[in-house]
Parts: sequence; structure tokens; C-alpha cells
Amino acid sequence: MTTRFRLALDSITRVRGVHGALLVAGDDGLIIAEALMEKVNGKAVAALAASLAKRLRRSMEACKAGAPHFMHLQAQDGTLVVVPAPDGVLVVTVGDARMNVGLVRLEMLRAAEALA
Amino acid sequence: MVDEYQRLWETVTRDPGHLAFLPLGEHLRRRGELESAARVAVGGLEQHPELADGHDLYARILTDMGDFEAADEEWRVALEVDPHHPGANKGLGFLRFRGGDLDEALEHLENALAAAPTDQAVVRALHAVRDAVNDAQLEQSTDPISGASAQDLVFTGLAGSDEGMLLVDQRGRILGGRLRVPPTGDVSEPVAAYLAGATQEAERTSRMLELGEWQWIVGEGPSGNIYVTPPTDETLLVILRDRGVPGGRLAMLAERAGAAARQWLMRQSL
Repeated sequence: MTTRFRLALDSITRVRGVHGALLVAGDDGLIIAEALMEKVNGKAVAALAASLAKRLRRSMEACKAGAPHFMHLQAQDGTLVVVPAPDGVLVVTVGDARMNVGLVRLEMLRAAEALA
Repeated sequence: MVDEYQRLWETVTRDPGHLAFLPLGEHLRRRGELESAARVAVGGLEQHPELADGHDLYARILTDMGDFEAADEEWRVALEVDPHHPGANKGLGFLRFRGGDLDEALEHLENALAAAPTDQAVVRALHAVRDAVNDAQLEQSTDPISGASAQDLVFTGLAGSDEGMLLVDQRGRILGGRLRVPPTGDVSEPVAAYLAGATQEAERTSRMLELGEWQWIVGEGPSGNIYVTPPTDETLLVILRDRGVPGGRLAMLAERAGAAARQWLMRQSL
């Protein structure tokens, strides 16, 4: 993993409650870079996040809200957040229900900018 | 029965505050001796002002006497003491129905049924009110003057109910509400179709990543924010607002819209 990618992901994974962060190719859901806890299945997170982002983007375009710049799935025991970066890359974070989403959001947007 | 009545009468004569005033008052009410029934109920309530059953008895007597206003007051006192009291909920359901307030009638009767699920009188009253609600909705849906349709009724009274809230089933079929975006107009159908797929994906993602049951998705775009949540296992609520509406406000709105949707769905299924 290049230093640029590592730095982008490290700033996200330092936030409390984060279990992992990834850079994912939005088209095919393949991992570009990852910083995950052992128990997290990176391939599954990448594929599912890409698919979810694609479908939510279609819905938002259909209601003229434009392509999303932030997507947040909240579940009972965990959270998945996706921020699109340039060139079809997605910054993806998975964490527990206590994750500080506001801080993660800032770091993810920063990471997406850094990838430009 | 005569002996039993005599025994109750003697007990209450000796001690007006004895709880035997309840069956005695009911017995007199059923016999049509309303003045005597009222005296017994009032005597008992003087000793037991916090007894919900006593207020319920007195309210039924007042109803039989045609004093609906006073009965209303008694049943409300009973509910203050015991918010789940089936008799008080049943009585207020009847009075609201009589006054034409179908929504509140339905709410009271549903509360009554929850507390006394085998009460056939409540079941029959609920059917009657639901029929009346359906008739009212049908009338509204074909009212050429108001132009209102059943689709408009789900979120009635909520901010943006006629253009930024949509209820769909999990197969993407619209149940109620509408998403309207200027200048395009109504975008409900394509959004419903796409979101059905998105939420299946949300469910799959939550399950496979062991995140627990999914609760909501928010998407923020340059021209608007979308909030999707399942108010029931089989439906999805979509709220669309411009990007200036903060996420917390969107969540509060979704909570109220979800409650309205659940209530509407319950009425539809009856």
C-alpha cells in the first residue's frame, strides 16, 4: 500500500469505534487499500459497500438530489459509511454503533480530497 | 340473583365505600334504575376517588342518562388513573366515534383491544369505526373538489407531507405519499423502484457484516438529502429534503412520519 493511501486510511482508523477503513473501486467493489481489524472481512465490506453505494446513487439521482457525497448505513450494532472520492474510488469505513460518525465523516472527506 | 343483589345492596348500605358498589351500580344500570345506580357510583367514588373502575361505571351510567359530556370527563379521569383501562378506552372510543372524530376513536378502541383482546364489543366497535374510516377515505379519494387521494392521507399534517415523503413496499410499489421535485415533478415511481434494490442491499450488508438489523440509511447529495428507514418489516419510508435540513431534524421527521405510516398501515389492514 502506498504511503498516500496508508496516511488517508490511518487518520480514519484512529477514531474511536472504527473497525476498519478501505479504499474500494466503486465499479467492481475490489479493494485498493485497507486498514482493518482482524475480525473484519475486507472483501465482503468492499463488495457490499460498492453495491450499496451504487444503488443509493441511482435512487438519489432519480429524485434529483444529485450523486451522493456521503452515505451512512446505521444498523443496530454497527455503522457503514461511504464517501466517494475522485476516479470512482470509494472511501469506506465500518465501525461499531458507538462510532463518532461526525469525526469519521470529516476524516473521510479529508481522505477523499487527499486522493484527488 | 335476587339474593346476590340483596346481599350487595345490604353491604353497600352498611358501607357506601365497600367495593361491592361496583357490581351493585352495574346491576342497577342494567336494570335501568339509573338514578339509583348514579347514587351508588357517586357514593363509592367519594370513598375511592382514584378507582378507575368506579369512574368507568359512573361514565357508563351517565352515558345511559344521555349526559355524554360528563361521561367523557369521567372516562378521562379513569384514563388518568389507568391509561390502559379497557372500559375507559372503549367508552371514549364510542364518544369520539359519535362525535365524528374517527382517528381518535380508532386509537382508543385499539388501546381497549390491546388491554382486552377477547372483548367482542370492542372488536365490533373497531370494525364499525374502521368501516367508517375507509368510507371517509374513499369519499375523499373520489372527491373532485378536494382532489385528495388515498395516497395523500398517509402523512397528513406533517411538514412536506405532500411532496417529500413516500411509503413503499419492499418490492418498490408505492403505498402512500409522494416525492415531487421542481421542475421535474413527481419522481415517486423511479425512486421507489430504485430504493427497493438499495434497501435489499442494506439488509444484506447488515446481515453479512454482522451489524445487526439495519435501521436507516442517509444519503447526502448536492441538491438534497434522502433518509430511508423501514417503519415496519415490509415497508420503507423515504424522506427527501433539501440539503439545508440537518440530519438530526431529518431523523426526527422520519420518526414522526414512521409513526404516521404505521398507524395508516394498521388501519388499512383492518
